[in-house]
Amino acid sequence: MTIKHHLTDALLMAYSAGQLPEAFNLVVATHLSMCDECRANAESFDMIGGAMIDGGHVVAMAEDGLQQTMARLDRTPPTQRPVARGRSDVVAPLRDYIGGDLAAVKWHSIGMGVRQSILPAGKGATVRLLHIPAGQAVPDHGHRGLELTLVLQGAFRDATDRFAKGDVEVATQDLNHTPIAEAGMDCICLAATDAPLRFNSLLPRMLQPLFRI
Amino acid sequence: MQDSTSEPNWAALLLRVRDNQDREAFALLFRHFAPRVKGFLMKSGASASLAEECAQDVMATLWQKANLFDPSRASVATWVFTIARNRRIDALRKARRPEPEDLPWGPEAEPDQADALEMQQETARLGLALAQLPAKQRALIEHAYFGDLSHSEIAAETGLPLGTIKSRIRLALERLRHQMS
Repeated sequence: MTIKHHLTDALLMAYSAGQLPEAFNLVVATHLSMCDECRANAESFDMIGGAMIDGGHVVAMAEDGLQQTMARLDRTPPTQRPVARGRSDVVAPLRDYIGGDLAAVKWHSIGMGVRQSILPAGKGATVRLLHIPAGQAVPDHGHRGLELTLVLQGAFRDATDRFAKGDVEVATQDLNHTPIAEAGMDCICLAATDAPLRFNSLLPRMLQPLFRI
Repeated sequence: MQDSTSEPNWAALLLRVRDNQDREAFALLFRHFAPRVKGFLMKSGASASLAEECAQDVMATLWQKANLFDPSRASVATWVFTIARNRRIDALRKARRPEPEDLPWGPEAEPDQADALEMQQETARLGLALAQLPAKQRALIEHAYFGDLSHSEIAAETGLPLGTIKSRIRLALERLRHQMS
């Protein structure tokens, strides 16, 4: 898999610092599971956190802090190394949210052949899987906030470029686009946004509250 | 095992915890890192009592997860940071933060000693580079890590010296990439 479109440094830093809403955390963790370059990059942002702790503010622990912690150690058995899971068409963090492989996704039609499945995520942003039939366009839309779209299967194109498996598009409010799934294979994406999308025609806009997009 | 010119070898101590459940090594790690974790959590907005409790949790987790520690991929400080970060998310924000899939475990090769040492030193060098940043840039990074900046503020913040830091950690980055490929 050759990944061409990566996460930004700002997103990786926010993920490392623990500042992202859950929906974005899921997209980042899924991309990192597919992209060694971004994984290494993310670990380097963890290093900054390590340097922050090492050179940071020191506050004395309670006098019996060490003793209390020591007393707990017998009750905390070592964590076992995770066993490799069987082969799957989705990586572990996403599989945990779907509750299985792509075949286990419960799709709901949102019109024009496009289907979605909203995944549970805490407040601040929403995340969904989108299934776009080969050759089909997703309605033209702009963004009020930040939208991350990660390709899991197939590919799509928009005015900016082509996005294939593993690629992530980071769209801000400047981008108004009409993604079109490439011919040949249905496109499945994981998409998260921290603001409702703005569709540029009346009908999809009326449907938005209904479909939470 | 330690000389007067450098810090104790934290990675070696954590490996003693991992391999021998060595409580003496654990106590040394605790005395160095627990007050730093407590300071980090208080800077992140935790009260002194919550920070004390969470710092103890973090150190207990360090003991518990010692067998997952790979000194050629992370320094002890980085490892402690990731545990403290996750504990802070649980305690203060209550948002889930899924982790990437574990890398497949290769043949059980002992991590290269030189790689491991280099990785521990890299955190110290990075700390030095951070300390030498102009005060305003350093403050921005601190705000990002202490949780005072939202993700959209981090994204919009053009003053973040990401380029400066990245050139400092480029070597470590290349080493990580090399290991993963």
